[in-house]
This record gives sequence, structure tokens and C-alpha cells, in this order.
Amino acid sequence: MASLKELKGRINSVKSTQKITKAKQMVAAAKLRKAQAAAEAARPYAARLAEVMASLAGKVSGDSAPKLLAGTGSDQRHLLVVVNTDKGLCGGLNSNIVKEAKAQARALIAAGKSVEFFLVGRKGRAPIRRDFADQIGGGFDTSTVRDPGFAEAEAIASELMAKFESGSFDVAHLIFAEFKSALAQDPLTQQLIPVPAPATASESGAVVEYEPGEEEILEELLPRYVKTQIFGALLEIAASEQGASMTAMDNATRNAGELIDKLTIQYNRSRQAAITTELVEIIAGAEAL
Amino acid sequence: MPLHFELVTPARLVRSEDVHMVVVPGTEGEFGVLEGHAPFMSTIRDGAVQVYRTEGSQPEEIQVRGGFAEVGENGLTVLAEHVEG
Repeated sequence: MASLKELKGRINSVKSTQKITKAKQMVAAAKLRKAQAAAEAARPYAARLAEVMASLAGKVSGDSAPKLLAGTGSDQRHLLVVVNTDKGLCGGLNSNIVKEAKAQARALIAAGKSVEFFLVGRKGRAPIRRDFADQIGGGFDTSTVRDPGFAEAEAIASELMAKFESGSFDVAHLIFAEFKSALAQDPLTQQLIPVPAPATASESGAVVEYEPGEEEILEELLPRYVKTQIFGALLEIAASEQGASMTAMDNATRNAGELIDKLTIQYNRSRQAAITTELVEIIAGAEAL
Repeated sequence: MPLHFELVTPARLVRSEDVHMVVVPGTEGEFGVLEGHAPFMSTIRDGAVQVYRTEGSQPEEIQVRGGFAEVGENGLTVLAEHVEG
């Protein structure tokens, strides 16, 4: 049985932990609102771009299609771009993403393809290095900025595009967590390069004039589309991180509360036991006289 | 009839309003868009988009970098990667 002093110390330590988790939960809740607003603000651009892409991709096809759309003609070498968070304290979010990435990698390797990783965010590095140390082809550090934004997406996209141009991979997939709600963030795999041909939009019938030409516009649009996809993933992961963190910290706060209650009961019992023993001793002493 | 003009960046919707005319710096030259313009799409070069709120008013200049402009039934949409100001 722990002494009264020890129990008191434990209660205080759990109380301090609870204060921290409570604070982190409230910070995450505030940040979540911001991250969600950012994700929503990015939607019009992505939607417009996808629309235009769809209408253009339908017109430019066959041999004249740019490499980013048509691919290299082979699908032997795969690149998995795994987007993780930079900070922990967000429950199972990162391990879920890593699990998805590893499952994808194993499936590809089983199918006889070669796999390389490109890691964005700090928290994915260690667990992926454990299993696929030789396949990590590079990464991008987002921990230097507070809120990864379009500039970072641009940097990642240009690095990937340079790798693609130099022919170091054939297909790239983007793995990140899709923000559904504060309680649910699902890992998601999306094909990034070659750009999957979007479902062709219904022809509006109007004859659209293009300047310079359809192909030139498409060629300029594809890198932008890749950038937007990565930007979207960065926003999703930011919102997911805050959502997961909020839920995890809420649980932690509740657990700490339960532990405090349990310890308090134990503390009161031991104190009462000590008092009773003392009384018994005094009464026994008085009777002996 | 006013022209519906939207300026969108990846981060946010910068403008969505009804104006008289917009002059866009296209890759092959500037072009002005009024209400009822034929469907048209062009890439843009870095420069200023000039927004004329009413006929004959002073244009408001918005610096944009990288992107393209699309004229459709719903008006003019400029998708730019960066917008200054």
C-alpha cells in the first residue's frame, strides 16, 4: 500500500497531466476550425480546375497528350508520396497512414513492381524506415513552417515533377488522411502522376476558343493540377491532425479524470485506515491503564 | 447587364462580384471581357488584371501570377496561383 504522501504526489501529477491534455484539446479545437475553413476555401479552385481539366482532357487525347497525362507507358516503378503530420499527440492518425502506405507498398511489391517512398512530414519517417529503409527516395520537411501552404505544395510538386521528368518513376500515388469529421479521418490513396483522366464533363455544346492552343493550355494545367492535389492533401492532413488531436486529448482528459477519482478514493481510504489504527491504539492504551 | 467576375487562388476565393469590364493579361495579349463574351479560355502571364466597376470608371488593378482565365456562360473566372494585395 502506497503511503499517503506518495498517493498525494501521484494525484497531483495526474492533475498536471490532465491540465496539459485539456489545454491541448482546446488548442486543437480552435485550430481545427481554422484548418477546416482553409480546406473549404481551397475547394472552389480545385473544383474549377478539375472542371477545366475534364473538358480539356476529353479534347486532347491519343499520341498528342502530354506525358503527365499519358504516363511513361510502363507501370513498373511506383512512387508513394506519404503525407504525415509533423507533431504527435494526435491518436492513431499517423500510424493509420503508415499502415495504409505499407499495405500499398507490400501489394505493389507482391505484384512484382518496385516501390520508392517520398515522405512529407516528420512523423512518417521513423516507422517507414523501420520496414523499408532502402526504399526511401527522398522527402520534404514541412516542420519548418507553421501552416504548410501553397508554397510548400509548389515545392513538393516541382521536386516530384523533376523526378518524373528524369524518369526515376512511372506512377506516383499520394497517401494521406482524408478529413471526414473530428472523429473520423480515413487514410486514402490517390493516383497523382500520371494524372488520372477525369470523367469527361457533359459537353456544354458551346464552342470554346483556346488561346494559345488546347494542348499548350493542358500542358500548363497539368503541373498546376498536381500542385493543387498536393495542396489539398496538405490541407486535409492539417485538418485531420487537429481533429484527431482533439479526440485523442478529450479521451486523455477523461481518462485522467477517472484516474484522479480512483486515486482520491484510495487516498481517503488509507487516511481513514490510519486514523482508525491510531484510535484503536489510543483506546487500547487507555484500557491497559 | 453586368459581368460576373471571379478571381480564385488555391487558398481562397478572392473576388466574386458583378462588374462592367475586366481586362486580363493573356499570354498572347491583353483582352477585355464584357458581358456576353463568347466562351474562351486562355493562359495568363504575370501582370495586372484591371477591373472596371462601371463604364468609364478608373480601373482597379490586381496583380496576379500564373494561371488562366476562362469565360463561360457564368461570366469570367480567373484562376491564379498568386494574387498580390
